Amino acid sequence: MSILVNSSTRLLVQGITGREGGFHAKRCWEYGTNLVAGVTPGRGGTFFEEKVPVFNTVEEAVRKTGANCALAFVPAPFAADAILEAADAGIQVIVSIAEGIPVLDMMRVKRYLRNKPRIRLIGPNCPGLISPGEKCKVGIMPGDIHRPGRIGVVSRSGTLTYESVAQLTAAGLGQSTCVGVGGDPIIGTTQVELLKKFNEDPETDAVVLIGEIGGTREQEAAAYIKRSMKKPVFALIVGQTAPSGKRMGHAGAIITGTASRAEDKIKALKDAGCHIIPSPGEIGATVKRVMGARKR
Amino acid sequence: MKLHEYQAKAILASYGIPVPRGGVASTPAEARQIAQDLGGKAVVKAQVHAGGRGKAGGIKLVSSPQEAESAAASLIGRHLITYQTGPQGVPVGKVLVEEPAAVAKELYLGIVVDGSVGSPVIIVSEAGGVEIEEVARTSPEKLHTLAPDPAVGFQGFYGRRLAYAMNLPADLIRPATDLMGNLYRLFIEKDCSLAEINPLVITQDNRLLALDAKLNLEDDALFRHRDLQALRDATQEDSQEAEAEKFDVSFVHLDGDVGCLVNGAGLAMATMDLVKAAGADPANFLDVGGMADEAKIKGAFSIMLRDPKVRRFLINVFGGILRCDMVANGVVAACKEAGVRPSLVVRMRGTNADMGRQILRESGLNVTLVDEMAQISSALRQLGK
Repeated sequence: MSILVNSSTRLLVQGITGREGGFHAKRCWEYGTNLVAGVTPGRGGTFFEEKVPVFNTVEEAVRKTGANCALAFVPAPFAADAILEAADAGIQVIVSIAEGIPVLDMMRVKRYLRNKPRIRLIGPNCPGLISPGEKCKVGIMPGDIHRPGRIGVVSRSGTLTYESVAQLTAAGLGQSTCVGVGGDPIIGTTQVELLKKFNEDPETDAVVLIGEIGGTREQEAAAYIKRSMKKPVFALIVGQTAPSGKRMGHAGAIITGTASRAEDKIKALKDAGCHIIPSPGEIGATVKRVMGARKR
Repeated sequence: MKLHEYQAKAILASYGIPVPRGGVASTPAEARQIAQDLGGKAVVKAQVHAGGRGKAGGIKLVSSPQEAESAAASLIGRHLITYQTGPQGVPVGKVLVEEPAAVAKELYLGIVVDGSVGSPVIIVSEAGGVEIEEVARTSPEKLHTLAPDPAVGFQGFYGRRLAYAMNLPADLIRPATDLMGNLYRLFIEKDCSLAEINPLVITQDNRLLALDAKLNLEDDALFRHRDLQALRDATQEDSQEAEAEKFDVSFVHLDGDVGCLVNGAGLAMATMDLVKAAGADPANFLDVGGMADEAKIKGAFSIMLRDPKVRRFLINVFGGILRCDMVANGVVAACKEAGVRPSLVVRMRGTNADMGRQILRESGLNVTLVDEMAQISSALRQLGK
């Protein structure tokens, strides 16, 4: 089992004829994902790798292939449009890789999605998500570091997620689903929403939560964990040495009344009963110590 | 991107928000002329991208054009050191010369994007002129926030609610509401990340006036604001960070002596934490991203090599699209060009990691190769200073 994507996922790649889009579409396909369509305006009627039909619009692609998941490789200035196009066509899981979407564009996207509660947007500015046991990869992560298993991973980062997964795999701990929620201030699906899904997934035993400075999403996750989480959560917060005030409106912390520093997040997660991972080098070891002991 | 006060006020004025009369001067003679035109009395304000100017001597009240000239002469060309700048300060290239205002009361008005709300949030307070963080700490009851629904944008009732919450006199409710609406419109149309009027004052003749103003523009949206790109003042930015921008990498200059080169922001922060765990301090945050090529790696590494404070280097790369051999080649090329043989702790994983390690091993540089994140701190410690 897994959350959000699985073997019945029918993937559509937006921007499939671009360099990045084509490269990653192929990698997802090779991993085992059911790639059913590509979309590039002006390239409708052609085929990707001679097999996958390319359409001019997402609407047409969905109508003709039954695609239910979109992975968008569309540059930041046009990325909001791509997300809205996928949502409008009824795609249920939309993944936006783009880094640098203007915040106000994302604000409008979020507002639009509020009226479509069944649609899940992952990202933007994220590596995507992968369910190894279902052979379903919807993103840019290297597939070979993952193993099927029972640990869920939720992270704000790209390469640090790969690092975490590699450590878990090396420790003999496979993953149910790994999700990068994205590094932007406004994201489609939050840590809390994913924790809920993992909490309900009978084949996820524990969750690794990778957070960082900025915002208060980790505190929101901590509140949910304290209230409802039935499974162990392992948390790592990075950025203890990061300076404040860089790329963040300095008034941001006032609104919620909580500091966005690493210490505050760690404290909130610790108080919520999470296992705190003491160092980025000890992700796999920490999970193994606790989960290994539970089995015995 | 930060704007200077004089640039921000010009934009505010174009949105109908009242600002003091005045002008910007690059020379003492120009400052004198502006003061003359204002009738002699003036405030001379250093234009720097940093707060705390008043306490640092960057704002001078003068009573004649001659005084304005000498005040400008004492500021232009100097470095202003405030609590926000660090000991090196920031250069003053221009001064804003303005008509002094007769202030009856100081207020606060700001707009910022709040990620967890998912929209811009308007913040007001009847306690202005001090840092809003201070108000939040000492008298939070005087702080009022409101997030207009993006679907309808700013509406009059939002403004009235905030204006009454600020305890404004009855005849200023309407002007304050209009002013907030204009600032909100500006915020959206110019893609701001922060718009702050602090203080927004009530003058003794009962008018609202934006006495100081701060606008930060969202970097990611600058592509659609060609006119605003021209307002950038590179002299105010950290020289290392400005140079790194040329190579399209994300770089933040810090105080330590361990230069860090990493791909990915999260992994870069994690790596900095490992430096700290080794009892040292990172000299920088550097995320070269997934799309960097050899020239960018070389350029970014050269910035660190030129910093005399940086003694040791830590490279942590989890290769994906980014190839480890390319990173190694970039680093070696930078060292060769600079004619130095620095000490490096290197951890490489993923695409072409073996090739990358091989290149570094044969480079003649003093390289300590480690396999796992967990070994980085101890390797760094062994390297010593």
